[in-house]
Amino acid sequence: MSAIPLRAAGTGYDVERVRRDFPILSRTVHGKPLVYLDSAASAQRPLAVIRAVEDYEMRSHANVHRGVHALSQEATAAFEGARERVRRFLNARSTREIIFTRGTTEAINLVAQSWGRAQLRAGDEILITALEHHANIVPWQMVRDATGCSLVVAPIDTSGELIMEEFHRLLSPRTRLVAVAHVSNALGTILPVAEIIAAAHARRVPVLVDGAQAVAHTRVDVQALGADFYAFSGHKLYGPTGIGVLYGRQELLSEMPPWQGGGDMILNVTFERTTYNELPYKFEAGTPNMSGAVGLGAAIDYVESLGLDAMAAHEHGLLEAATAALGAIPGLTLIGTAKRKAAVVSFVMDHIHPHDLGTILDAEGVAVRTGHHCAQPVMDFFLIPATARASFGCYNTLAEVQQLVAAVRHAQEVFG
Amino acid sequence: MELKDLYRDVILDHNRQPRNFGRLDPADAEADGHNPLCGDRLTLSLRLAGDTIADIRFEGKGCAISTASASLMTEAVKGRDRAAVHELFGRVHALLTQTQAPADESLGKLAALSGVREFPSRVKCASLCWHTLNAALDQGGTISTEAGNESTSEEVP
Repeated sequence: MSAIPLRAAGTGYDVERVRRDFPILSRTVHGKPLVYLDSAASAQRPLAVIRAVEDYEMRSHANVHRGVHALSQEATAAFEGARERVRRFLNARSTREIIFTRGTTEAINLVAQSWGRAQLRAGDEILITALEHHANIVPWQMVRDATGCSLVVAPIDTSGELIMEEFHRLLSPRTRLVAVAHVSNALGTILPVAEIIAAAHARRVPVLVDGAQAVAHTRVDVQALGADFYAFSGHKLYGPTGIGVLYGRQELLSEMPPWQGGGDMILNVTFERTTYNELPYKFEAGTPNMSGAVGLGAAIDYVESLGLDAMAAHEHGLLEAATAALGAIPGLTLIGTAKRKAAVVSFVMDHIHPHDLGTILDAEGVAVRTGHHCAQPVMDFFLIPATARASFGCYNTLAEVQQLVAAVRHAQEVFG
Repeated sequence: MELKDLYRDVILDHNRQPRNFGRLDPADAEADGHNPLCGDRLTLSLRLAGDTIADIRFEGKGCAISTASASLMTEAVKGRDRAAVHELFGRVHALLTQTQAPADESLGKLAALSGVREFPSRVKCASLCWHTLNAALDQGGTISTEAGNESTSEEVP
């Protein structure tokens, strides 16, 4: 443990100042200071996000795109302002390409139900990877069952990296869509999405990227990346739950049928026929999550004020420290040792089930995720039922890495 | 919430060295239990003499609480008939879920599971083996803690 320096040298990133922005970090759990290492499941909110949501609720709330009254116009301005904020964050060409959803899961389901049902036939293939979260598996299984197309899975190696030769081999004339995670939630592997997209586009195959685990750790430029669809959730980016984004290239979105019907997605309705609204509203049926969108806009402002590159560098320091310290513990096996990783450390221990480890760590105030992380095929690949997963965010410290390591050693003592 | 109340010596001992571990072949009754949330799996196999459990084994993989609970259960139910097992499950269930339950001296070593009630997320770990035993005595098959299966709800049976 003495190998972990208390301060990363020369980054200029003031993590103590960052921590003061997050009110929840000052609370205790079971009488111990909270060590929150579960940001990959849901990140905490800075005061700026909490205040932005509160301000919207207390001053500006009304339904959007409806009334001529002042509040409706203020709410609409706030909601559409958040959409423009997201557009700049992703460097999309137009706000028409930014669709608000409940989260990544709904965004992927939107593409599966709208694009997938309209485009896919028996004999077609959807190519995914063995690293996917259930949210990027199950929607495609539902489309497969409805259309008769096939789901093809590109395998990973024992370090948790996608085997690119296999991916290229499986990308076939029958492939109609590639759907891949940008970053694996269970293992932290960063997938080579630029290479994946280039290979798919060479065959005129569109690519959906599940960016849920990526946006808080890396700069995403959808134009530079060339992604056809890019999905992410607000709450993994220090924003609220219940709000997420589907970016889609306008040419694709324009041709896609609506997937839910209702208010806001229409221009004109009679009992005979309905004219659908233009993009992006065509895909936003019903009253949207306005306060969530406002909170997401504030979250983007916040992470950009810290600087995504500075955050990523800080988190990478934590990842390296945690990997070295945990890897040195006898009886502990790291699961997922890809060369390029986000700040996620998944591990198992001899003679201590992840569930027991999670309970013992919790008693020490250390919050980690234990279980299959909604990625059961990844667990099956490694022949394990579950892992413990520590994931780091902008507010975590090297001292917290030490507390994690101490708590793991304590668990070993309990199970002697 | 005291960790040492959960991981008592009896629990750690039965986790390290589970009793009645393995499989009876042939068996008169079998059932599989599965908790998909944490991946715990266990298989129970029983030999019956009329209505009485003459022998019982379990095998599978799970956390310390689920392993120790299954081990303790196999010791406790051997030689008991269906009605007695059902009655015992009722008392174990109360022990696991009712924070105000008085000490039940007659439970013997099973009382070591009382710490579980301070950890609501772990109650299913301890009760999985009992639900599986119910299934085995019923008609066999597979039960899941998350299948919306009536027999697995955490109501007092």
